[in-house]
Amino acid sequence: MTEQAYNFAYLDEATKRMIRRALLKGLAIPGYQVPFASREMPMPYGWGTGGVQVTAACLTPGDTLKVIDQGADDTTNAVSIRKFFERTAQVRTTETTAEATVIQTRHRIPEVALTQGQILVYQVPIPEPLRFLEPRESETRRMHALEEYGLMHVKLYEDIARHGAIATSYAYPVKVEGRYVMDPSPIPKFDNPKLGGNAAIQLFGAGREQRIYALPPYTDVVSLDFEDHPFDPSKADHACDLCGSGASYLDEVITDDTGSRMFVCSDTSYCTTRQAEGHTGRLSPKGEAA
Amino acid sequence: MIEIQNLSKSFTLHNQGGAVIPVMAGAHLKVAPGECVALTGQSGAGKSTLMRMIYGNYLAASGSILVGGVDVAAATPRDIIRLRREILGYVSQFLRVVPRVPSRTVVAEPLLALGMPQETAHNRAEELLSLLNIPERLWSLSPTTFSGGEQQRVNIARGFAHAYPALLLDEPTASLDARNRDVVLGLIKAAKERGAAIVGIFHDEGARERVCTREVDVTVFTPGVAA
Amino acid sequence: MTLHDVSLDQPLFRVEGLTKRYGQRIGCADVSFDLWPGEVLGIVGESGSGKSTLLGCLAGHMQADEGKILYRGRNTLTMPEPERRVLSRTEWAFVHQNPRDGLRMGVSAGGNVGERLMAIGARHYGDIRETAIDWLGRVEISGERIDDRPRQFSGGMQQRLQIARNLVTSPRLVFMDEPTGGLDVSVQARLLDLLRGLVRDMGLSVIIVTHDLAVTRLLADRLMVMKDGRVIEHGLTDQVLDDPQAAYTQLLVSSVLQV
Repeated sequence: MTEQAYNFAYLDEATKRMIRRALLKGLAIPGYQVPFASREMPMPYGWGTGGVQVTAACLTPGDTLKVIDQGADDTTNAVSIRKFFERTAQVRTTETTAEATVIQTRHRIPEVALTQGQILVYQVPIPEPLRFLEPRESETRRMHALEEYGLMHVKLYEDIARHGAIATSYAYPVKVEGRYVMDPSPIPKFDNPKLGGNAAIQLFGAGREQRIYALPPYTDVVSLDFEDHPFDPSKADHACDLCGSGASYLDEVITDDTGSRMFVCSDTSYCTTRQAEGHTGRLSPKGEAA
Repeated sequence: MIEIQNLSKSFTLHNQGGAVIPVMAGAHLKVAPGECVALTGQSGAGKSTLMRMIYGNYLAASGSILVGGVDVAAATPRDIIRLRREILGYVSQFLRVVPRVPSRTVVAEPLLALGMPQETAHNRAEELLSLLNIPERLWSLSPTTFSGGEQQRVNIARGFAHAYPALLLDEPTASLDARNRDVVLGLIKAAKERGAAIVGIFHDEGARERVCTREVDVTVFTPGVAA
Repeated sequence: MTLHDVSLDQPLFRVEGLTKRYGQRIGCADVSFDLWPGEVLGIVGESGSGKSTLLGCLAGHMQADEGKILYRGRNTLTMPEPERRVLSRTEWAFVHQNPRDGLRMGVSAGGNVGERLMAIGARHYGDIRETAIDWLGRVEISGERIDDRPRQFSGGMQQRLQIARNLVTSPRLVFMDEPTGGLDVSVQARLLDLLRGLVRDMGLSVIIVTHDLAVTRLLADRLMVMKDGRVIEHGLTDQVLDDPQAAYTQLLVSSVLQV
């Protein structure tokens, strides 16, 4: 089997056109879920089939692709998808956020501010923010159409009633341009403030659910909350143990059987860049800092 | 206050071969404020039927029933509801209430329906209950569990809670002992004195003599008997 | 003493010639009535008489084929759906026979009561909670149960919770479908008493469908009797029950023990 057996970026041109139409509609109606005819991809559902199709429809031969999974460039899922496009589209790939023109992501927004011209593609498992409150798709579509979003606040109310605070810490619902309530995919709520006013194009693909939605650059995105329980994009109260950053989203890593742990940036590209610049953290190897 | 002209009534029993039973024809009655008119006649002569027609409980076949300027025989249900709330009171022989509701509230209900604040209404209710010798420990209990006499007194208290300009009384003193009978007759007298027009059925002749200004024999309104 | 002028005020709800067909079969036909502020209208009839179809059409759950439904002068049949849905969650309310159809069983009592408030823009958690506690009290549910889910409640409590959830936004018009059906007799009485008080205190207009004539006697000002999709008798509740005119109503009333 040769690479030439595939069309550029795996999908045939008619399919890409269909997806691009959905993307354009999504960009025209920010936050609105556009149905699309999701194709079978050579990977299981839940591994980013939606994101991969959106990426395939966006890539041009001149693009530079970055793929991250939970912020990391080196996890299985990220590596596989990157390899997939290296092979089917022969595009350049990178781990550096600023160098990339297309970034496919699962569950994170890079720490470094994105710029105009960049496209951020999210993998979305469940696009419907109202799903767990109202299981009927016919009814949730109607609720979106008529802007009946009281139920969304019921969910937040239940959180506070049960936990004393809004316990939703990822996939935290947002309202887009004062109109559609949108699920931002399972990014940590820490990333929510980066959704709004972002210079990059943000595209969301849900393969199993066959939905695409989008945020054009500089879209107004507000995280839902109560006046007396305002949205709080909190993160672990630590600095990165490797690069010392106090502003990035951290992963907690258990380091031995006695419960020792360390906190490290979930955005590996951000962390390594900082380390290369000479920043150090609590557990940085001594004397190796440049 | 109450003026009845050429009133007639018949019942059609659809489920008994469509039998038509005429029960009243050409009834006339006029009751001025301050009057208490006793309806008399044999049992079945139509006393209760006439009372029920005045209250709008039975439909009239023809004629008119003016109460406070409203023709009950032609009024819409909405007008009759308002008439019953504001102008026309009715003390029936039997108490019909929602189970579980305290006696105090049962008596206060007509006042609450008129928009009286709850406390004022309950005070008035308690005044009447104690006047009618209902022990205080019963005020917070539903009258559904009371004896016949107690139920009847709660019923009377409810009927007299609001100072209706027109009042219908169906055997108000039946099943009452002498002491309570006096209290009820006192209430009726007081109502007359404030200018209420009253129509009643009193089998108790002594009571009739003490409070009624006039008697009207309804037998003359019975079809086939009159003339 | 005369009644004050009624010509100035308008009916809250006016129905004209309402008809709903299921293919060749009639759901309800040519139904007309007015409902005034503060009035309770009972609709009775056997199963299949069209009373539930009628209620469904009135509440906008079903589309009628002909006629008009005017709410405060506006035809709800031709109103855009978004407006009608706004009405249904603000000025209208619907109490289902089965509380499970009217409650969110997975959401706490407080969340159930608060939903309509949040739907119309309430965004202060503390205020929403306070209102919910107040309403639980009004339907005789302890404020301590605010964080419990409805499935932990008895049938009667669930029904009272459904009522609180519906009335929290102070609607003007409430549709009720057999609200006391399926409850024990003693529980029914308590609910009826509660409903009567709320109707009076809030000046609610109510359209209540039931097959229980005793319920209408205690709750309804007026009664409509339906048979084969048509209204065959309409009048004051006690008049219809005590002096029924239509053959069917006479049969219905005489079939009941001690209404």
